[in-house]
Amino acid sequence: MHLKYESQLREPLVNGRKTYHDVTEDIVRPIEAKPSKLWYIGFYIAVALLLFGVYSVYRDVTYGIGQWNLNKTVGWGWDITNFVWWVGIGHAGTLISAILLLFRQGWRTGVNRAAEAMTIFAVMCAGQFPIWHMGRVWMGFFVLPYPNTRGPLWVNFNSPLLWDVFAISTYFTVSLLFWYSGLLPDLATVRDRAKTKLRKYLYGVASFGWNGSTKHWQRHESLSLVLAGLSAPLVLSVHTIVSFDFATSVIPGWHTTIFPPYFVAGAIFSGFAMVQTLLVIVRKVFAMEDYITIGHIEAMNKVIVLTGSIVGCAYLTELFMAFYSQNKYEGYAFFYSRANFFSPYGWAYWGMMTCNVLSPQIFWFRKMRRNLFVTFFMSVIVNIGMWFERFVIIVTSIYRDYLPSSWTVYYSPSIWEIGFYLGTFGLFFTCFFLFAKYFPVIAIAEIKHVLKTSGESFKETVDNIEKQSAAEFAHEYAH
Amino acid sequence: MAKKKFVVGCFDEETVLFSAVKKIRTAGYKIKDVYTPFPVHGLDHALGMRETSIHTAGFIYGITGTTTALSGMSWILAKDWPLNIGGKPHFSLPAWIPITFELTVLFAAVGMVYTFCYLCQLAPFVKKHHFHPRATDDLFVMAIECTEKTNTEDLQAFVKNAGAVEVNVQVAEEGWWFGRYDKNEMPFESKTVAA
Repeated sequence: MHLKYESQLREPLVNGRKTYHDVTEDIVRPIEAKPSKLWYIGFYIAVALLLFGVYSVYRDVTYGIGQWNLNKTVGWGWDITNFVWWVGIGHAGTLISAILLLFRQGWRTGVNRAAEAMTIFAVMCAGQFPIWHMGRVWMGFFVLPYPNTRGPLWVNFNSPLLWDVFAISTYFTVSLLFWYSGLLPDLATVRDRAKTKLRKYLYGVASFGWNGSTKHWQRHESLSLVLAGLSAPLVLSVHTIVSFDFATSVIPGWHTTIFPPYFVAGAIFSGFAMVQTLLVIVRKVFAMEDYITIGHIEAMNKVIVLTGSIVGCAYLTELFMAFYSQNKYEGYAFFYSRANFFSPYGWAYWGMMTCNVLSPQIFWFRKMRRNLFVTFFMSVIVNIGMWFERFVIIVTSIYRDYLPSSWTVYYSPSIWEIGFYLGTFGLFFTCFFLFAKYFPVIAIAEIKHVLKTSGESFKETVDNIEKQSAAEFAHEYAH
Repeated sequence: MAKKKFVVGCFDEETVLFSAVKKIRTAGYKIKDVYTPFPVHGLDHALGMRETSIHTAGFIYGITGTTTALSGMSWILAKDWPLNIGGKPHFSLPAWIPITFELTVLFAAVGMVYTFCYLCQLAPFVKKHHFHPRATDDLFVMAIECTEKTNTEDLQAFVKNAGAVEVNVQVAEEGWWFGRYDKNEMPFESKTVAA
């Protein structure tokens, strides 16, 4: 009799009296079944958006980015806003799988695989923006430090924009490796149940010949732990470096030392919101309510209210510092361009405040945290708010610069800027729909691993022991 | 590449598995491996495996990344083609910390995953003998190596007694080969060891 189990105060992580085989059946079922009509509708909408995005980008390349509404002072507009927004969303997966693994949070097992996949797709979307923003994209390889015939003219390692190149590509690579190495055993599970030839062939190739050997598991666990240890500081560094793009400049409203923690908190905030949006749908469509329980949803809502409040705290700190520094330009950026509701972009600032700071406070109430409709609605609101945050930071700081004569008209995007953004939605959801259809959306092996200690049936069997007095317990198990 | 004879016992309970491993090992049989659907903690120790050193490899890859980044950047910006960037020193270490960190993580992660795949012999199109298809579902499958002196009948009965729900004898290739999971033939002739 071993007494290592989770406290009775915690809800079971897996509901229903599941055996190992039930876990396999439940999670692999959507892969083996024909996709529903809803899947097809969603998938086609995503592909349509993607195609529109491809056309917008095609125009960017052939006509040049002059087709965007960027102007004299607003040289960074929707494009960089969207980049930061997607990168931020791409932080949740690795946070869930790495930091929560190190913190031994058992509930991560239900959501980590889908969250990691989402991370990878979000980073893919984010990467599009700086790449196509280059204009002459065929010169893109100039960002790589390689011996060349132009001097050699090396890249500038002191520039935050180059740090970004390294940070984002490292982050993408490491997330992909982490995700796929975790997927290997689950793909092997799908392979060994496969009935059709094609399925056997494809999952056979994809699972790399995994056989579940004890030695392999031992190495796999060690690998996951070290990758988690590496990814935890990595995920913090990536958004820190993205914030350096702004913080190391001399633009009022940008050059603040608070940016790294403020951006990281915002990234976790928006990333968790995106995970909620997707999981609320996935658990319903694939009938996975037993694995992604209300308890999981609640845990993530707690993270959302925490990080939302950190972000709110950062907004107020910024305002205070703008006042306290008595710097005229800072004051103008914060108290005229942003906090003044009647300035041209004041509405964006207050939209951001409402969505990010005020509305998530609803999650202080347990009833609200456990309400699916509220969760879904809030997850969308949070991501709208986080989009506005980046837009506010970028555009309100530069649309009126030091010289009033160069102030330009109101910046609003052209259809091709919007099209590019919609296209990344298409890319994201096309990938996610394919993932949901062809890969196990929940980490099968990890669920089996916690089943005996956190499953509902186990909690029930230890319930009696829990109710015994110490003397009774000692008597019964003394022999 | 060589074929060997194995007695295979399948278990459906971890607790039974652990006591069976102990019994079979004390009886002097050699357990080749136990194939499990998820990592069973403590099973590696019960089987007498040593700790993996893959994290040490990771550390070595990591410091290789650190060194590559630092030496690369200092050679490029301070020696090969010094550029005046805002009058800042050519050797500007603080500004190189982000890239140094990123390359450390990149080298460590990529190196470790490749090492992992190499050690476990995992790659696309790699095929291995699987003792039981349910080893990735809900069975703990133990493969015991037989020598020419092994009485397979006795061993099977012994494993069954230890709590196995299913016992059989299989002659199987030990290593891996290039193959597809939808086809059964092997691309080479494997020598059978008389057992």
